[in-house]
Amino acid sequence: MLLTQESEIKELWLVSWFKVQMSSKKVHRASQVRHQLRMNRSARNLTELKRGESGIIDRLDLPVEDATRLMEMGFVPGHTVTPANSAPGGDPRVFQVDGSEIALRRETARRLLLRVDPTPAEG
Amino acid sequence: MATLPAPPDGVKRHVVAIIGPPNSGKSTLFNRLTGLRQKVANFPGVTVEHHMGRVRVDGNREVFVVDLPGVYSLSPRTEDEQVTHDVLLGEMKDMPRPDAVLLILDVTNLARHLVLAAPVLSLGLPTLVILNMADDLAKRGGEVDAAELGMQLGAPVALVSASKGEGLDKVFRFLGGATHAEPRPAPRVELPVLQDIPKCRAWAAKIGLKGGYHPPAPPHWTRRLDRIFLHPVVGPLVFVLVVVAVFETIFTGAAPLMNAVQAGIASSGQWIGSLIPNLALRSLVVDGIWSGVGNVVGFLPQILLLFLFIGILEDSGYLARAALIADRTMARFGLQGKSFIPLLSAYACAVPAIMATRTIENKRDRMATILIAPFMTCSARLPVYTLVISAFIPDRPVLGFFLHTRAAAMLGLYVLGFAAAALTARLLKSTILRSKRSSFVMEMPPYRWPTAQSLALRLYDRSAVFLKRAGTIILAVAIMIWVLAHLPLAGGKPPDIAESFAGHVGHAVEPALRPLGFNWKIGIGLITSLAARETIVSTLGTIYGIEGGEENSHGLQEAVRHDLTPGGAAALLVFFAFAMQCMSTLAIVRRETGGWRWPAAQFAYMTGMAYVCAFLVNRAVTAWLGA
Repeated sequence: MLLTQESEIKELWLVSWFKVQMSSKKVHRASQVRHQLRMNRSARNLTELKRGESGIIDRLDLPVEDATRLMEMGFVPGHTVTPANSAPGGDPRVFQVDGSEIALRRETARRLLLRVDPTPAEG
Repeated sequence: MATLPAPPDGVKRHVVAIIGPPNSGKSTLFNRLTGLRQKVANFPGVTVEHHMGRVRVDGNREVFVVDLPGVYSLSPRTEDEQVTHDVLLGEMKDMPRPDAVLLILDVTNLARHLVLAAPVLSLGLPTLVILNMADDLAKRGGEVDAAELGMQLGAPVALVSASKGEGLDKVFRFLGGATHAEPRPAPRVELPVLQDIPKCRAWAAKIGLKGGYHPPAPPHWTRRLDRIFLHPVVGPLVFVLVVVAVFETIFTGAAPLMNAVQAGIASSGQWIGSLIPNLALRSLVVDGIWSGVGNVVGFLPQILLLFLFIGILEDSGYLARAALIADRTMARFGLQGKSFIPLLSAYACAVPAIMATRTIENKRDRMATILIAPFMTCSARLPVYTLVISAFIPDRPVLGFFLHTRAAAMLGLYVLGFAAAALTARLLKSTILRSKRSSFVMEMPPYRWPTAQSLALRLYDRSAVFLKRAGTIILAVAIMIWVLAHLPLAGGKPPDIAESFAGHVGHAVEPALRPLGFNWKIGIGLITSLAARETIVSTLGTIYGIEGGEENSHGLQEAVRHDLTPGGAAALLVFFAFAMQCMSTLAIVRRETGGWRWPAAQFAYMTGMAYVCAFLVNRAVTAWLGA
């Protein structure tokens, strides 16, 4: 089948690409990135919350100084966050957290990861 | 400035520090306590501004109160936090360690604000915990047991409403008592490890719970208003409307007020002149001082109106939303939403704008904002623009009723200044001030009614600064120009202006200015305008007025039209749009950046750009009209 061939070709290409990557000095970086991606795949971040939906902060994937500042403003792990209004275009957005409303740019909100819901989703 | 004057009776003056998180109502409380008996000061060596005031407690004893910058914690990371930390630990130069602390917290958000109580109480100073916005808490159905919370914290607690002035008697009593109380031992509550924020937050929640705290319902009005002001379509529309309304009121609404002030100055000048018999002295007082300084004081209503608007926008909480809306646009120039607020106030004056940049945490963003702020069309440029435009551009409608040629020219100059600022920001942020894309984190405070007292104090502050400037720099320049234009005496009489000292200086700089289309008289004006832009108008007035004596603005327009070619006039406008002609701005930039390096570079860049562009414009306009 054409489909199998295509996926085979893709796989072949991927393998060779991976070899090139292995031989390069970027190996360490690449594995770090893959690890990060795997870690984050299960955890959603603030930008993925829909309007009216809330989530619980799990951790802040930011440099210590930035994370401390955000925690002082209420983004403490374990607290509930709810997205609210935003600037036109959706960025930056206001988040309701710990009794206040704090505006964050999308790139910052993306680094705030939510706790994976312990109860399985319906369906 | 931060040093305290020694009291006359030799008794130790007591100092009480006010500390609290941003948006806790610190300044409102401070204004309530001190009223007019306060002044703005700067701590030596740092750029952080603070207010210092005196509070009268029982009878005639006085306590000094210091309003420290709003902070979320005492860990010294930003400059504001460093200052607060240093003052509270007694490590600030020229500033004694406070004898007591007023810790002010927003009671509608108590659990989060109580986090700051842990490090403050651990200092061991006598502390009064003030729970502000009690009226808001009650209205929204929350409650707290102040006495029980005080037991939990081991410190007295006062439930107040600073904006309404309720519950302040307890604060005054504390201030009276704290002045002769010995520092108490640290409270007996167990304080959490201060570095661990989640632990501190859990501690605050526990204390709040034991203190009978029930948080209020969310602020419904704020949610409702945000649905309008942050609406994807209506929000930006309101934003544009607000900005247009501010400008419209400043330029159209202020005109009658300004005319009244100017008329008052002119008639009072004539009246004063009639009292002075000596001709030379009369000329000095009326032509030199009165009209020189008066030309500038006439702009006070306009500047106060702008500050009134900015005050209302800021105190009501709208400015935070405006910054949010502006963030994307500012990001395009490499800046962020927080730069929007200082740049808006730079339309009035660059000096307070540059002081307002300290809310920007990112050092490079802050520096870029400081460096571009003087490009925004400040009110000192208005007299110059008005004079040249009305002398050279006939008033004809461009777009029917909407826009006239003169207003269009003025608008064009505003756009020109903004374009220069945006271009420079882009240039700075992609070269010497390059940083990884900066973050924008900003708390949106609930909407509140601005209090009349806070607004009035702002305007009072501004007027004092403005009039001081008129009474010093501008007065000195006016006198100097008058003297230089009247010396050396030729046969006991003042010389022809071309033969005076001022004339000689003008002739000396003329070769450098001729390519721009300026003659020696404009040259004298340009030299004096380096002190403050608007002085060129009073200088030209003095120079032209010396022969005629009559110095109304029509005469000035005629004279300018006689002295400048159309090319030169256009060049003069462009020169004023770009050049850095303001000693106060240079001084404040030096103070805020901690040296002469930045202001010198800024002066060279802006004035160089002004010279080159004025030259090009003069050539272009002359060629276009000649063809």
